[in-house]
Amino acid sequence: MNTRAEISRGAGPGFSIGTVSALTGLVALGVLVIAGNAADPMMAAHAWIFFFLTVAGLLITGLWAGSLNGRDPFDGAFYEDTIVKYGVWASVFWGIAGFLVGVIIASQLAFPNVFYFPDLGWTNFGRLRPLHTSAVIFAFGGNVLIATSFYVVQRTCRTRLAGGMWPWFVFWGYNLFIVVAGTGYLLGVTQSKEYAEPEWYADLWLTIVWVAYLFVFLGTLWKRKERHIYVANWFYLAFIVTIAMLHIINNLAVPVSPAGSKSYILFSGVQDALIQWWYGHNAVAFFLTVPFLAIMYYFIPKLVNRPIYSYRLSIVHFWSLIFIYIWAGPHHLHYTALPQWAQTLGMTFSVMLWMPSWGGMINGVMTLSGAWDKLRTDPIVRMMIVALAFYGMSTFEGPLMSVRAVNALSHYSEWGIAHVHSGSMGWVGFISFGALYCLVPWLWKRKALYSKALVEWHFWLATLGILFYIVAMYVAGITEGLMWRAYNEFGFLEYSFIETVKAKHIMYIIRVAGGGLFLLGAILMAYNLVRTALGHGAARDLASPDTPKPQTPALQPAE
Amino acid sequence: MDILGKHGKLERNSLVLTVGILIAVAIGGIVEIAPLFYMENTIEKVQGMRPYTPLELKGKNIYVREGCYTCHSQMVRPLRDEVERYGHYSLAAESMYDHPHQWGSKRTGPDLARVGGKYSDEWHLDHLKSPQSVVPDSIMPPYAFLAEKKLKFDDIGAHLKALRATGVPYTDDMIANAKADLVAQASPNADFDAEDALVARYTEAAGREGTVRISDFDHNPREITEMDALIAYLQMTGTLVDFSTYEADDLSNRR
Repeated sequence: MNTRAEISRGAGPGFSIGTVSALTGLVALGVLVIAGNAADPMMAAHAWIFFFLTVAGLLITGLWAGSLNGRDPFDGAFYEDTIVKYGVWASVFWGIAGFLVGVIIASQLAFPNVFYFPDLGWTNFGRLRPLHTSAVIFAFGGNVLIATSFYVVQRTCRTRLAGGMWPWFVFWGYNLFIVVAGTGYLLGVTQSKEYAEPEWYADLWLTIVWVAYLFVFLGTLWKRKERHIYVANWFYLAFIVTIAMLHIINNLAVPVSPAGSKSYILFSGVQDALIQWWYGHNAVAFFLTVPFLAIMYYFIPKLVNRPIYSYRLSIVHFWSLIFIYIWAGPHHLHYTALPQWAQTLGMTFSVMLWMPSWGGMINGVMTLSGAWDKLRTDPIVRMMIVALAFYGMSTFEGPLMSVRAVNALSHYSEWGIAHVHSGSMGWVGFISFGALYCLVPWLWKRKALYSKALVEWHFWLATLGILFYIVAMYVAGITEGLMWRAYNEFGFLEYSFIETVKAKHIMYIIRVAGGGLFLLGAILMAYNLVRTALGHGAARDLASPDTPKPQTPALQPAE
Repeated sequence: MDILGKHGKLERNSLVLTVGILIAVAIGGIVEIAPLFYMENTIEKVQGMRPYTPLELKGKNIYVREGCYTCHSQMVRPLRDEVERYGHYSLAAESMYDHPHQWGSKRTGPDLARVGGKYSDEWHLDHLKSPQSVVPDSIMPPYAFLAEKKLKFDDIGAHLKALRATGVPYTDDMIANAKADLVAQASPNADFDAEDALVARYTEAAGREGTVRISDFDHNPREITEMDALIAYLQMTGTLVDFSTYEADDLSNRR
């Protein structure tokens, strides 16, 4: 009887726990061998980090599985929400960490005499800058995406996440990658490929995790109880598939030793440069745009209780966006040694990209039709709509900057920094904050956030912070761009390079202030979310504060 | 709008959707990147390019490790002010042995594609130890610790081998003598035979004289430090190509 019951349940919970544990165990054994034979201290450090964390993972899994007492932890009658809760806190933690490192490196450029320490070479700008970019893009953004994609795909398919234990492998495996990447930068382990700095072994690990992510996501789609795949899931799927392609090709490398941290990238010079920016620009596209549009397509309609403005527009802009974006990479290489035909192609497609980008913005903003009052009354809605405004602004600015004549001025200057921060703080940041403000009350079953006033504070502090930041960097960028090319009346270059650095000092200080305000807003959010999860303030459940919250049953009426 | 009506098929079958996405995102990359590997005029024909010497390679790896690329580009654009400020615009050929490239994306500091030979070794030493000592308004971090750190190069042969696997034309001779070559380049007047052998090997690869410089770059004859390697690398950047024989207007060099 027992056996039959187990067989009729198919693979059963033990199967996924077993396969995840087996893979983790294999990795633990492998890294132990590497740790024992490490060719350099950095590899030794990373192998031991890998070893201890995978062994800890195995132990905790074992203890947890042992305490189940026959209970099915992956009961298909309920949504898997615990992992989304973990994802929320991971996002909040990495967000604050990443913003903090940003403020620190901005301070280094503003006050080099205060923030550089001759004895602490690992705190120099060159090592901390990748820490900042990876922390905000991959740690903060990545965790927001894993958490929201797991939440959204379950609701829109009306089924529990597929794969039992595997979603947990994806979550912890991804965060292990973040830890290895981040510690690597401080130790000086880097490939020097922007936004793809982690070395070959971290890349391999991420590939394994990413393939698991793809199968968890597809597996959930396969057992959906809706006939159609909802539009948000198209965007998540495009994100997962394309990032896999970009990551693998851009990181092809030959390690010096299987037990050493250093590798040499397979491609060189001009080919490597184009592959890097094909990757780099599409990290912006398929990591920072496409899946965050998925967030827009789920959370904005839910929040304002209106259907998506136009189904047709969503089809047209989805396919045109993902098709055209891939071509845009060469605009990072205008006037370089890249052949001009490739530069021209990149510029042309970048200009074309304006339309599908705005298609997404229009679809999101117009979803508010009939609910415009929410902009005034609901700071979360306002945050998400302002996110779309920043999205619209930077996707107009992007095509402009990709025109060769404009790029001659803007490239290499702080203008680029202004552009990416209006996109990342304004669009990615605000849409993520909005999603987190939605998720916490929904997941912990609170009827409201702890404090709406704190959301208002967060909104205005962050908005002011972004404006300080980007205005300062636009001024700095255009100033230095013009100074670099200025000639005096005798036909000589007017300024030495160091004069252009000096000219930016005040702007650098304003940037620190802007970043600081943005960080302060995020700290308020963290406080607000924790108090909400704890059920304090307006989040208190008046009827029965101490009743344990039930799990959310799957298969509820379409949400 | 019948085509949009057919979109329902993609929405009902996740595998068809996945394949559709993969096709849509593959086309652009293939069209733009693949030709760079077979179109002959992508990389100019020049005199003087050679693989890095072991010491320079170590220096480049330190440049990568410290994240110098986050503030310094190595790509002079063919614009009037840049050519006057930095020198001849960069050629694709000049980074053909850079795995990965160091073109950079930001100039918080000046471009370094042609910094080689512009300043003395002493200037680089002082500047790297304390940038403000020679450029008072500089916002560059100090790298004094490089002068204290002994260069580790026991596995330098394996580095050359790995690079050869990616296509850099290191000879068996270069790989077998990598350690000796590294020591020779940083130890002038110590072992003249070793110095001659180093120069001969890399001059043959370059096809022209005068591309290998031997010097005690960090002015510390007692040991070979990371500072030696980094300055050796900086002093050779952009110096290999013989521009007196380069014909920019030649049809095969147009891009």
